[in-house]
Amino acid sequence: MTTQSTLGPPTGVVDDDTPDPLPPRRGRRSGRFTPYALLVPALIVLTLITGWPLLQLLIMSVQEFGRAQVFGAPPEFVGLANYLDVLTDPEFWQVLGRSLVFAAVCVVVTMVLGVLIALLMKRLGTVLRTTVSIGLLLAWAMPPLSATIVWGWIFDTQYGVINNVLVNVFGLAQYEGHSWLIEPLSFFFVATIIIVWGAVPFVAFTVYAGLTQVPDEVLEAAQLDGAGAAKRFFLVVVPYIRPILAIVTILQVIWDLRVFTQIYALQSIGGLAEQTNTLGVYIYRVSLGSGDFGAGGAISVLVVLLLVGLSAFYVRRSVKEESL
Amino acid sequence: MSVAVSVRRPSRVGRRVGSVLTVAAALVVFAASVFPVYWMVNTSFQPNGQVRGSELHFWPDNFTLENYLGVVSGSARAPFLPALGNSLMVALLTVAVALVFAFLAALAVTRFRFRSRAPFIITILVIQMIPAEAMIISVFRLIDGWQLLNTVIGLSLVYIATVLPFTIWTLRGFVNGVPIELEEAAMIDGLSRSQAFWKITFPLLAPGLVATGVFGFIQAWNEFVFALVLNPRPEAMTLPVWLRTFLDPNGGINWAELMAGSTLVAVPVVVFFLIVQSRMTGGMVSGAVKG
Repeated sequence: MTTQSTLGPPTGVVDDDTPDPLPPRRGRRSGRFTPYALLVPALIVLTLITGWPLLQLLIMSVQEFGRAQVFGAPPEFVGLANYLDVLTDPEFWQVLGRSLVFAAVCVVVTMVLGVLIALLMKRLGTVLRTTVSIGLLLAWAMPPLSATIVWGWIFDTQYGVINNVLVNVFGLAQYEGHSWLIEPLSFFFVATIIIVWGAVPFVAFTVYAGLTQVPDEVLEAAQLDGAGAAKRFFLVVVPYIRPILAIVTILQVIWDLRVFTQIYALQSIGGLAEQTNTLGVYIYRVSLGSGDFGAGGAISVLVVLLLVGLSAFYVRRSVKEESL
Repeated sequence: MSVAVSVRRPSRVGRRVGSVLTVAAALVVFAASVFPVYWMVNTSFQPNGQVRGSELHFWPDNFTLENYLGVVSGSARAPFLPALGNSLMVALLTVAVALVFAFLAALAVTRFRFRSRAPFIITILVIQMIPAEAMIISVFRLIDGWQLLNTVIGLSLVYIATVLPFTIWTLRGFVNGVPIELEEAAMIDGLSRSQAFWKITFPLLAPGLVATGVFGFIQAWNEFVFALVLNPRPEAMTLPVWLRTFLDPNGGINWAELMAGSTLVAVPVVVFFLIVQSRMTGGMVSGAVKG
């Protein structure tokens, strides 16, 4: 496996399927119980604080579980009633559809911009590339909540810089006091900007690292054969970096589907919660807002299944690298 | 076919236009990335009255620290210093415990072969995909059952479990990067197995441990959902939840103070992040946790 000490290729994604060096079997018999002993602390924590709540979640999702149960009333087993309720609730489908479309838009925009910026960085000289890198790093490093609040300020109705520039520089008087968050479509426009702004650096850096792995000779050969820039990109570069693109895309899908902080904070700044809930925020509002933990549990289980299913590809790939 | 014919050389003018466009694009990317950060800091140093004016100030010409003083000392909603203390304690406790536990587990999966190695690694990967929001209710009940709501310990326990899979996965990569042959050579030279490990391998791992630890710190520092649900009391809040108390759409938002607060929350993370990111980029793709 290649070194991780620099902005090098992402672990194992690009390097030639050499499996991780596994220790030889010889001389390891003495430590037969050692690996299990080493795993004990981590296993205890994960079992107690991840495994047990997960099990509770499953149980809760088949129970009638409201505020009364939180205060000690015995919960009643209701089978799949919670799931039926959720799956026949039009609001759930609305939220699911909204989350999927929102995530899809965010992922596509992030990937396109990220790849373009990576290609751009490949063409830049050292000074400009460092400049761009520093800018991207700043955006990447911003805590999601701070970032959301700052963007909220930029898009503020009364004093925001966007409205100010639109009115005073471009003369668009209709943006005087224009609220960007009150209308759902425009709310998600702002949310997309926030998410994409925070996610592009990761994609750009990772893809850039992949691009540096594409041998120059191959590109030159393609150029000699008369391939234009677009052809070189799609027929030579993309096949080389396809594994990276695949993994980065799937990670973006998962992250964007489970987004919470940005949506929740934007709603606090001025959005209408009912019309802008995404899956994560919806779970939060159904369970902690309305106190229906059974339904919240059922939605949670469905979301977990969706995300774990989506991540199967990523897990399979990582496991393959581990040569298990 | 002769080479000279098939190569398409862009004309000199074409190339110059191309490079001007490249530079322009680079500057646009830089500006778009930096602008929100710059605007946050810029606003935070201006008096609120000026911020709420119709004129934009691209430089804090009436430089003031009143917003910082306002959020740090005079907040009527939730006090800053306890929140800072809570954030620091939770993040440090999380990192300390998670690093030790994860390091041991990483050793197990890299330096040993055992039957449940594959299931363990798969579990680690899958767990990372479970969104925190899905677990809020049951984690809330668990921590409530232990009577650890609104405590540093309770929140830290949850964070340790949250960052553990990522930390194990990343450290696994770092340990793999140290060839076992080094240890074996030392053992041939007469060191015991554990001596070989502590004297040879461990020093080589130190930078990786630091980088992974800082990333765990950043995650704990930024975490919002669990903190919101588990530690809602003003004296138990962490910084992100504290920052949220300034968002009150009904009462009108004091943007200048809010920007000062955002800056205070962001500064430690940004500094740490810039220091360690180059080390971590590789592990990120395999690690599956957003910074």
